[in-house]
Amino acid sequence: MVPETYYLALSAVLFTLGVVGVVVRRNPLVIFMSIELALNAANLALVAFGRRHGSADGQALVFFVMAVAAAEVAVGLAIIVAIFRLRQRLSVDDLSLMRW
Amino acid sequence: MALVAFVLIALVAVVSALGLLLRKNPIHGALFLVVNLGSIAALYLMLGAEFLAAAQVIVYAGAIMVLFVFAIMVLIPGKEETGPDPRRRWRVLAAPLGVVLLVELAMVTLARRAAPAPPRAAPAGGVEAIGRLLFTDYLFPFELTSVLLLAAMVGVLLLARRRA
Repeated sequence: MVPETYYLALSAVLFTLGVVGVVVRRNPLVIFMSIELALNAANLALVAFGRRHGSADGQALVFFVMAVAAAEVAVGLAIIVAIFRLRQRLSVDDLSLMRW
Repeated sequence: MALVAFVLIALVAVVSALGLLLRKNPIHGALFLVVNLGSIAALYLMLGAEFLAAAQVIVYAGAIMVLFVFAIMVLIPGKEETGPDPRRRWRVLAAPLGVVLLVELAMVTLARRAAPAPPRAAPAGGVEAIGRLLFTDYLFPFELTSVLLLAAMVGVLLLARRRA
């Protein structure tokens, strides 16, 4: 039986990598994938906490996170495709229209 | 024995996450992410969450990543992020910031070890326990999820129209 702390440590590492990916990369698709990475790290922590407390609530929560992530990916990719159609380029550095 | 398996799977997860970060080609990144999602599904199995492991493979690795790969194939001509980076000096800052975040998370997760562990109840059953929870305690969020998915579907159709 691996202690839950190890899972939490792995989850922290993966979450950090996801956040760094969001900051470092320029391609919105890769940024999006990094967000998915961070979401999965949070899911892993939820399942580990659930096992620590011996309840299935963490797993139910992860189920909802998966559903929301599916909706989020569909809408986000549609937005990215729409932006690409408009500008013919795909770099977040170009998208400064709403910057103050 | 379980610890060896955990270390191996964790190594696969971390290396594939690094691959997503470091490879220039987004298709390679997407394939690395598939590996990462699969290793997390394996970790779910080790945690006794069989239903989530199956859902992870079907929903994430199956549906979401196919969508990603499809979008990459449609959009990227394969030469993204090749030009000089105009904000390189700022992006270098991401590494120390990431280290700070990691230390912070480690402090939060490891500092709680002093607290007394909660009484370990009997481990919750697999699919049956989750199904029971979803249709009793979490019935309202469960129904809301269907509305959310419908709204997302309609929104995507609207966004993807030719004259959007």
